[in-house]
Amino acid sequence: MCPPGYAGQTLSVFNWSTYIADNTIPDFEAACGVTVEYSIFESNEAMLARIRQGNPGYDIVVPSGNTIGLMIESDLLIPLNKDLIPNLTNVTPELLNPPYDPDNLYSIPYQWGTIGIGYNKEKVGEITSWEQMWNYDGKVAWLDDRRAVFGIALNLLGYDPNTTNPDEINAARDYLIERGGNVVAIAADDGQVLLERGDVDMTIEYSGDILALMFECECDTYGYLIPEEGTNIWVDNMAIPVDAPNPELAMVFMDYILHPQVGADISNYTAYGSPNQPAIDNGLIDEALLSDPAIYPSQEILAKLFFSNPVGGDAEQLYNNAWDEMLIFLGQ
Amino acid sequence: MLEARSRRRRTLGGVLLALPAILWLALFFLIPLGIMVVVSVLTRDASGAGVLPLTLEHYERVFGVFSPVLWRSIGISLVATLVCLVIGYPLAFFISTRQRQWVRQVCLFLVILPFWTNFLVRTYAWRVLLGDEGTINSILSATGLIQEPLQLLNTQFAVVVGLVYGFLPFMVLPIYASVERFDFRFVDAAHDLGANDLRAFLEVVFPLTLPGVFAGSALVFIPCVGAFVTPDLLGGTSGLMIGNLIQRQFGGSGNMPLGSALSVVMMVIVMLTLLAYVRFGTRRA
Repeated sequence: MCPPGYAGQTLSVFNWSTYIADNTIPDFEAACGVTVEYSIFESNEAMLARIRQGNPGYDIVVPSGNTIGLMIESDLLIPLNKDLIPNLTNVTPELLNPPYDPDNLYSIPYQWGTIGIGYNKEKVGEITSWEQMWNYDGKVAWLDDRRAVFGIALNLLGYDPNTTNPDEINAARDYLIERGGNVVAIAADDGQVLLERGDVDMTIEYSGDILALMFECECDTYGYLIPEEGTNIWVDNMAIPVDAPNPELAMVFMDYILHPQVGADISNYTAYGSPNQPAIDNGLIDEALLSDPAIYPSQEILAKLFFSNPVGGDAEQLYNNAWDEMLIFLGQ
Repeated sequence: MLEARSRRRRTLGGVLLALPAILWLALFFLIPLGIMVVVSVLTRDASGAGVLPLTLEHYERVFGVFSPVLWRSIGISLVATLVCLVIGYPLAFFISTRQRQWVRQVCLFLVILPFWTNFLVRTYAWRVLLGDEGTINSILSATGLIQEPLQLLNTQFAVVVGLVYGFLPFMVLPIYASVERFDFRFVDAAHDLGANDLRAFLEVVFPLTLPGVFAGSALVFIPCVGAFVTPDLLGGTSGLMIGNLIQRQFGGSGNMPLGSALSVVMMVIVMLTLLAYVRFGTRRA
């Protein structure tokens, strides 16, 4: 599990809270004979701020895709030496070469999920599609993430979800205004709270927030759907920040995380999607999770998931304007 | 001669005393204000900041596609101000006419008491009260008054409730001061001249407490127009106000010139309100 020569060294990991299995770190420490300092962050912004001020000594950080893109642009990440990460071949091909790091020069997928529909099964019943959300006779909320919501609309219209064509963006705006009659709130990443309080019956949200609600309530009230027409995918990634004290051991750690059993343990704990194909193929992931299409969609739906890519400042402005106009019209 | 010199000295001393405040205002108010006005006529660059050439396109947008939200903000603020007045005037009147000083002080203390809790927390609490399965709907449906929950949260109604709740003290305090200064022998005089209570109130008391009413209305209306937290938490899509749209322009990849243009227009609304206050409110005082 661990190449020789690292005994006695120290590794510092900076990760999201409740995002690793209980045995992951102790097993690594035992295998390599090293000490791991493990710290947690609450948001990409908080993590990024720490690194921007000058890396206080972290060897591994776990940013989301867009933040990886930002950090690469700002020269805040160290390129990986893939010779030290042979297990890279275990990563699910669909998750490799993401738009924010086209050749995985800097980052390796850690866990992934989607932006879909969280819904109250008792009020809504079973649903399968975006169309059912647009036509729902009841209250719904959308996510305050313009690129995600416009991506969904563009995809439904048959356009590139990352288009920079003003006509297509405006068409998506009109499409959303037409179908947003039942939207009572644009939720700032707290759609699961609105859902739990009963203020809405459906909400567009990150998979993790809804899955956490489903897990915490210990009930069968809520469901999470990856709509059949396709939606946004998000990936959190391991990367090495500049001035990391021990980048080589960090790469050894990445390789360890990509070991099928280690990856499976993490995903069995977090209940997010595992990027580890052998772990999935060899039945190392809990059957209950693996058979849940909200976490592991079918190949057919997996093929319909798309990333939100950076589109450049001018196109961002088109999305910005279209989003403002949509907000203004939804309220009338 | 002597008198003139002493007056001048007093003026000079006054200027010196005011200097820190003047510098403060110039540095942190006038200069930023000027920057804002300049940025509002610049073109947006790819990062969202303003660059040359000059343009009026942002103002076109403000008075074009954004105008429904502008009008809605003014409308919601007017309603909130009116409700504050209707609730606040009797309250202020009640407090300032208590005989014992300690009773007045306790009442005033109670009016200010909500400020001890963070505004965001208090506004958030209204979400719990107004929700579909919130406190109000639960009580109403438990008593059988309603079958289906009332849509209270995520409406303009909820925004008005939140604004009134948040800014009511700003209405009460100036009216309190006005009524407290009022000489109630005027009422006796009105009665002696044959006016009943209602007429005495409408023709004597109310006009003489108008300065407090105007001051209170300005103090409530101005923060309402720029409100951001309240509509954000309580308004949903239908309660969107101009403050929310301004805020959006200053985030990542926003549009600072457009945000500045919106702010300038909002500032003009506020200044017109203040002018109205100076014109109608202070003259009578």
